[in-house]
This record gives sequence, structure tokens and C-alpha cells, in this order.
Amino acid sequence: MSDTLARMSQMEALRVLHAARRASDVVITSMGAARDWMVLGAGPLDLPLVPSSMGTAPAIGLGIALAQPERRVIVVNGDGAMLMHLGSLVTITAAAPANLTLILADNGVYEVTGAQPTPGSPGARSDGAYVDFVGMARAAGFRSVHHWSTAAEWEQHVEMILDTPGPTFVLLDVARVPGAVGPRSPGPAPERARALRRNLGIGAR
Amino acid sequence: MFSGDEMAALCTAMGVTHVVSVADSTIGPWHPAIERTDGLRLIRVCREGEAWALAGGLYLGGATPLVMIQCTGLFESGDALRNILHDWQMPIFSIIGYRSYLNQTTLPGDTCLVFTEPVLEAWRIDYRLITTPAQRDEILAHYIACRDASRPGAALIAEGKA
Repeated sequence: MSDTLARMSQMEALRVLHAARRASDVVITSMGAARDWMVLGAGPLDLPLVPSSMGTAPAIGLGIALAQPERRVIVVNGDGAMLMHLGSLVTITAAAPANLTLILADNGVYEVTGAQPTPGSPGARSDGAYVDFVGMARAAGFRSVHHWSTAAEWEQHVEMILDTPGPTFVLLDVARVPGAVGPRSPGPAPERARALRRNLGIGAR
Repeated sequence: MFSGDEMAALCTAMGVTHVVSVADSTIGPWHPAIERTDGLRLIRVCREGEAWALAGGLYLGGATPLVMIQCTGLFESGDALRNILHDWQMPIFSIIGYRSYLNQTTLPGDTCLVFTEPVLEAWRIDYRLITTPAQRDEILAHYIACRDASRPGAALIAEGKA
């Protein structure tokens, strides 16, 4: 079954977030979102998760959110990555950090490996249906759940969403990028981990 | 081998702030004591691969996490472990239950005894095998050595029944 959803571009979706985030926010991006976030400009508190273990960005974000409860933490994950660690939805709501927002940029495919459909997209399912990520998030216990298909809607609501106590789940329908490549690491990961800790005001260890 | 109160006291002595865990029949009974200990927070994860990433996030945020899982979870969580401990070089310490080490009455021929230590060695995790309660201070000493060297490490705790 073909994909019939209206979708915003991932770059548009991220540009909206980039404009709305505060300098004090931590923004963690993975896979294609990390690639595009670095084009927009990653700040000193941002973590483009490259290299990654696919699917672990929400757990890393949860850890930072629990350790830094006064700071907003925003994770941008892909649908393929989300499917690899669906249990993270439950882990997040069990710990229930009010300062965590999980944004799922859903394009239905494993984009950086050649746009193969995920098992959650109509093209790979015998029922031809979309997997209901919003329903999953609600069932997992997210207090604040949102779903947008256009950048205009997302832009209209983003500040309210980020200000609402969470944990918050946002599903954004984003378009595939034909021929997209994976993100490149912006530098040695251990140095970037140390830099993030320094920028969060944490001493060496 | 250890009571929950003993394990919670050990975590406190280590300066741990968060225990990230999946229960097994040895670790699970420790959870209530960990939960009621001031200064410790128990974070339950759905699978062990999450544990390393969550602990990594806690570390990035300035907390002092400990991963507490069974060896079967170690097997499950290899890629997350690789990324956090080796790609990002975060010095996460873990307590890993060694299923069937003390007896195999539940699972005769349990292959955990075949694979656990080779897997730890393959992942280059410096571990100490703990088979008696008298080795409690060895866990603490190993933790302090790993912490001071800013490298990961583990205590492999012998378990009985599965």
C-alpha cells in the first residue's frame, strides 16, 4: 500500500524545533534527525547521537532528564529506532520525568539504509495499516500526546508543547528524503561526551 | 549471597545515585531495599539494552549510575554496551548476576556458565568474580579503582537458582 499521509519535511520540522528550543535545553537527535540538526546548527548542550546504538536515544534522554530535572530535555527519534526500543515508552513513563519531550519523526522507512519500509509502515504490513504510535504512547502512560502532519501546525503548538509538564510525546509525520545518507560524526565521541558534561556544569570524572 | 540491605549499603558506599536494573531471582529481592534507601533511586528498564543507554544519560547529566542486570541481560545488551562504554567511553560500572554459578538445580547445563565470562572479556569489561559474601570489599575496591581511572568495570556476582 502506498503512503498517503500528508507529511512535512524533516528539515522543516527540525527548523521549527530549532527556533523554539531554549539555549538551556538539551536536544538529542538520532540518525537522519541528527544529520539535519547538525545542518541547522547544534548548540553546546546538544547531542547528535553519532555513533549510536540504534534506538537508545530516548533512554539517554531519560537519563539526562532524571539527572537534570530543572532542565528541559528533548529527544528526536526516528520510527525505525523507536520500534527497536518500544519498551522505552514504558520506561519513560514509569520514571515520569516532567522535563522530557520525546519527538518521533515518522517517515515509515529506514531512511539512511536505502528507505526500506519499517514493520510499522503500511508498505511492510499484511494489513496495510499504519502502526498507531500515538495510541502506543497514550497506552504507555504519556500525559501529553500530540500529532502533527504539517509544519504550520507544529510551529503553532511547539512552544506550548515544550512548556507543558511531561513526559510528552509528539508524533510528526515527516517525508522521506530520497537518497539520504546517514549522519557523520562531528568529532570523537568521548570528547563530545566530556564537552557536554562540562557544558552542563559537571566536573571531570 | 547478599541481602538487599547489604547491596543497598554497598551502593551507598560507592556513591551511586541511581540503580538501573532488570530483576532476576537474585537481583529482584534487592530492589525493595534499594528503593527505600535515601539517596538511591531505582530505575526499572524494560530490557537491558536500555540500561546502558539510560545509565549513560545519567552519567552525562552528572549522576552516578550503576547498571544491575543478570548475565542473560548482558548477552542481550551488547550493542548498547558497545556504544556507551566503548564509542563514548563512559565509565559505567555494573553488577551482573552470574546465573547458575552456585548451582544448576533449576537449569542443569545452563550455558550461562559457558558464555558469561568470555562475553565480558570480549567486551573488554574489567570484572571481578564474586563468589562469597567475604568479597564485598573487593567489589568496593574494584569500583573505586575503575572510578578513579574513569573506565568501566563490573562485579560478577555468583547466583544460585535461575
